[in-house]
This record gives sequence, C-alpha cells and structure tokens, in this order.
Amino acid sequence: MTELLSVAGLLPDPTGHFGRFGGRFVPEALIAALDELDSAYRHAMADEAFQAELARLLRDYAGIPSLLYDATRLSEQLGARILLKREDLNHTGAHKVRNVLGQALITQRMGKRRVIAETGAGQHGVAAATAAALFGFECVVYMGEEDTRRQALNVARMQMLGGTVVPVGTGSRTLKDAMNEALRDWVTNVETTHYMIGTAAGPHPFPAMVRDFARGIGVEARAQVLELVGRLPDAVCACVGGGSNAIGAFHAFIPDEQVRLVGFEAGGDGVATGRHAASISAGGVGVLHGTRSYLLQDEDGQTVESHSISAGLDYPGVGPEHAWLHDTGRARYEPVTDAEAMAAFQLLCRTEGIIPAIESAHALAGAARLAKQLGPDAVILVTLSGRGDKDVETAGRYFGLLTEAEA
Amino acid sequence: MSLPATGLGLGPTFAKARTQGRGVLIGCMPAGFPTVEGGIASIRAMVEAGVDVVEVEFPYSDPVMDGPVIQRASEIALAAGVRSAGVLRTIEAVAEAGAPAVLMTYWAPIERYGVARFARDFAAAGGVGLITPDLIPEEADDWLAASDETGLDRVFLVAPSSTEQRIALTADACRGFIYATSVMGVTGARDKVSGAAPELVARVRRATQLPIGVGLGVRDGAQAAAVAGYADAVIVGSALVRCVLDAPDPAAGEASLRALVSDLAAGVRAPARAQVRAG
Ligand SMILES: Cc1ncc(COP(=O)(O)O)c(C=O)c1O
Repeated sequence: MTELLSVAGLLPDPTGHFGRFGGRFVPEALIAALDELDSAYRHAMADEAFQAELARLLRDYAGIPSLLYDATRLSEQLGARILLKREDLNHTGAHKVRNVLGQALITQRMGKRRVIAETGAGQHGVAAATAAALFGFECVVYMGEEDTRRQALNVARMQMLGGTVVPVGTGSRTLKDAMNEALRDWVTNVETTHYMIGTAAGPHPFPAMVRDFARGIGVEARAQVLELVGRLPDAVCACVGGGSNAIGAFHAFIPDEQVRLVGFEAGGDGVATGRHAASISAGGVGVLHGTRSYLLQDEDGQTVESHSISAGLDYPGVGPEHAWLHDTGRARYEPVTDAEAMAAFQLLCRTEGIIPAIESAHALAGAARLAKQLGPDAVILVTLSGRGDKDVETAGRYFGLLTEAEA
Repeated sequence: MSLPATGLGLGPTFAKARTQGRGVLIGCMPAGFPTVEGGIASIRAMVEAGVDVVEVEFPYSDPVMDGPVIQRASEIALAAGVRSAGVLRTIEAVAEAGAPAVLMTYWAPIERYGVARFARDFAAAGGVGLITPDLIPEEADDWLAASDETGLDRVFLVAPSSTEQRIALTADACRGFIYATSVMGVTGARDKVSGAAPELVARVRRATQLPIGVGLGVRDGAQAAAVAGYADAVIVGSALVRCVLDAPDPAAGEASLRALVSDLAAGVRAPARAQVRAG
C-alpha cells in the first residue's frame, strides 16, 4: 500500500495509465492533438506565469479559493462534524469553473480559438460557454436531444453566453451520445479546435489535466480543515459522475493514509433494479470514450444507458483514476439512491439554508451514512460540488411543489 | 461449416491484384443490418458483383469514427438484436461466399469478449483479420499476442495528422495492410476524395512495403479509379450502406448494391495514374 501511495503522486505514467486503467482508445487522427495538448498542459503546469495567471483568474473571476463551512446544524442532525467545501459559491455555481478556466488558458496557449464541449444537463456546457465568452472563443456545445428538451433553461443560458448548442439525435440522445458527437467534431476540426472535456475521463491527458485543475478543491480544503480543526478530517466525501470533483477533493489526501476517501455514485432507483449510474459499484471494466475504466456495459460490450435523478451523474462511465483508487483500495465507492439523495437535499435546505445541486446531495447522503459509522467525534469533509438553482424544477416536482405543467 | 484460417491473411489477395495491375476493392457492411440474414444477403451480392474483400463492421453503441450513414445502420442492427454470435456468423458467411473477411471493430466489444478468445473464435469462423479504428499499437499488447498466435492480420490506421514517427510505428505493428484515412473526419461518402490522401499514401510508402488501403469518402467508380492510382486497396463503406438504407425494399437495395459494386470494381481495374500526378 505504502508503495502504491508513493506512486500516486506520479500517476498517470507517461503513456497515461493508472495501473491497468486509462490510456488512449481513440482514432489515430486524434493522437497528434492529444500529444500537442499533453505537451501544452505539461509546460503550463511547470510554468509559474501560467500558474499565476490561473490563480488570478480563479480568485478575481470565480471567487476561488472557496469557503470551508462548519455546518453545525447539519452536524447535529447527522451525528458527526460535517465541514462543507463550498464549490457551490463559485462563479457559474459549481466546481466545473476550475476546469474550464484552466482549459481555456491552455487553449489560448495552443493558439486555438474554437472550443467544443459535451454536456448532459448543461452544467459543463454553461461553464464552457462562460469561459469561451471570457476568452473570446467560438463555442459549440453538443447536447443530447432528449436533454435539450429537459433543460431548456440551460440551453438558453449557453446561447446568451454566445454558445451554439447542437442537439444530438443519435443513440440514446443523452450525454454519452453528445460526447460521441463532440469526438466526431474534434476528429474533423482538430487543427483549429480544442475539446474541453467536462470531467476527469476521456483519453490521456484529459483525466490527469482535469484532475490537476480540480485539485485545488482538496489542496485548499486540507489546509482549511487543518486550520479550523487542528487535524486532518477522518473522511472526505464527494459525489462521482465522471469523477472530476471527487478526484479534485481526494487527490491531495491520497498520501494521508488515515483519511478515508469515499466516492458516492448515483444509485438511481437502486442498483438491484438495473436503473442506476453506479459504474464502479455495479459495472465492469471496459473501454469507453477513449479510456479503460469501469463502465456499464452488456455482455457484448455495448454501453448500457445509465439512470439518475441527477443529470450530472447520469453517465455510464467514470474516470480511470477512480478505477485505480478503487482497485488499490485507497478509495471506496458506494451507490446512493435517488431517494437517499433527495432526503439529504431537503435536510441541507432546512438545516443550513443551502440548496445543493442534486449531484452534491449524493455526497451529503453518503456523509450521513458515514457519520453513523464513525460517530460524534468524527470530522467529515464533504465537497458541495454545486448549487441547486439548476435543480429547482426537478426537486420542485420531486417534492410535489410544482406540477408537470408549472415546471 | 466454418473454414480454418489460412494464416496467409490478405497477402495472396494483394499479390494477385498487383500482378493484374489493379487495386483491391474492399467493401464494408455492418453485421446484422438490417438483420443478420439480411446483412449476409447484401454481402453475398457484394461478393458476386466484384468486391475482393469484405469488411464486416461490428455494430457498436458508441461509434465515434462513423458518420451518420454507418451510425444509422449500426443502430438498426443493434435494435434488431445483433450480438457477437451474429457477427461471427456473418464472418462465416463471407468465407463461405469465397471472399476474405476482415472485421472493423471498436475495441470495447472485443475487450469484453476477451481478446484471445475472440481471436480464436474469429479465426475459427474463417476471418482473416481485424481493422481497429480506436486501438493504437501502444494499447494493443493483448491483440498483438493474440493475432500472432492465430495468424490473423491486424490493420491499424494512420491519418493525415500522423507524424512520420507514428506512421513508422503503426506500419511496424500492421500485418496484411495499413489503413490510410484520407481525411480528418468520420466515415461518409464525399463528393471529392480528399487531396490529403495521395500525400499521406506517399508518406506511408516511405515507411513500409505493406499494401496501403485508402478509405473515408469513396462513393463511385471514378473516385475508386483515382484512389487505385496511388493506393493498393480502395475501401468503400457509407456509399454501399446507403444503397441498402435508402432502398424502398430489400430487392431494390440489392440491385443498387450490385450496380455500385460493379462500378467500383471497374474503377479499381482502371487505376488513374496520370490524374494523380496532375492532382
Ligand atoms: C454540481 C455538480 N457536481 C458534480 C457533477 C458530476 O461531475 P464530476 O463527477 O465530474 O464532478 C456535476 C456534473 O455536471 C455537477 O454539475
């Protein structure tokens, strides 16, 4: 274990592997662009001017470092001390802004002026369109046809920001098909275009690069917890869709062996029903969207559709570093059902006056479970990855506050 | 009845075409489209009309290298329930029809099946090799071993964006032929075959003695003749699939498939060398 941990800081290896996971399963036509991106990203990470520029943008534009909040009323209810990393207070309302600002700066360094993105509910699409507006890039967002109907408000948001939203009518017409279409665009326009992947998945170097841009979550929180509590937390909790906020929260804690890292996947209607998005808890190892990791697939290797009340977690794959953390035992992954997540959603609203994103409510529900196991002296750090403004319709309908027609 | 793999792969096919001074015509069709038996009927018609090699595509839920036509056909095949067994059955049928069968497959279905096991079952079905559009040699250790063990051909792709170093590395890993994607983009018939293709083929020639196949965009005999002028094989996919997709009924689809294949087969027999130099 110790040996594995010392290696963690160095992963992925130079070819983009985390043990047997990761790599590049993409058309050869994209390899040159991935190499160019890898080189630009590595030079940028080693360049103090880049780091300073990114830190300035994050601070002045996005309000980062985000606060650490001692949620005392929630803690009373859950029976352990809960500290919330307030990514919901960032500009655009989620941790995703860290990634898009980082990638926008890299895009600029590569001399490209067109960015494309995939989006499910529209969170990453809005973040990408925001960064594109700020940098003066052309922006095209691919979104499943199904999702453009369900998330009309976010479509309007992206358009207000100057983005073009392209509805994708193939396959299941959801996030995974939007990602396929974005990859097709990229193969065709790779000379002028950067593909801003929205999570820590996809072909190398995306899992490493997106992690590094999200990594501030854990670096900041680790220092904030030490200052507030005088010791490290007992556990770090995050929700896991593709895995960017979770890897961002976990990474700085990987060498702290006494800190449990627990990721919560979308359990949908319950893993036993088959209607879920729990790739690690209930999937198998395979290849999807350029990387080898856990995913939901049938016995012929065809991708199976995922289900979750949370659009941001409704993806049949997961980033390769989580697969590796799972296999090594350094992190644990558990499913949280829609019902558990929505109960936690309501609890946070009522105890703290904070409306969380439904994605983040999965992490809260997981923290409630952990609190029972760890007891009242435990300190649990939870990444509140986003705010719930985007989810008012979904939650309003779930709780019977809005009728179908009103929502 | 399944035929054993000869272990010779596509070598004899290319050798023969070379002595005849013509290009090899490779025609692509997804397995199970619109049904397993319907797909086999299309493939038989293609072989009878003059396709030298059949490229069967393994329908996959997330085909990122494919344009709308093959996406649509793959969706139809999957919705009709094609499985790995149907793909292997199609390979057997190609072998029975007397043409070498290669399988174009995304990597997910093969990993799931088990690489070594798939190689054995595929060879037993009479297939001669795999074309792997989302597998690069660096990720292919299992497949390199399994194809060596079974004597299967392995065809990796190069693109206009590939560096000289990557072209050399990819060519080294290939057996049978090397696939040059003529455009930066996905499958789909185009009015003009990209001007990047002859240049890419020339770069590949400097790196290898292997036959070179060119695909992405060829849709008629004139284009096939032009491509045969500088490449060893002309690979046609979407234009053939469209014959079936657009047809009002299976008989009409088969008739237009035969007509297009005849045109393409005439094209590869009249390689347009001068045109290439001029272009
Ligand atoms: C608020 C929020 N949290 C979490 C996620 C899930 O993504 P990831 O697992 O990459 O953090 C999303 C995705 O849209 C999101 O909007």
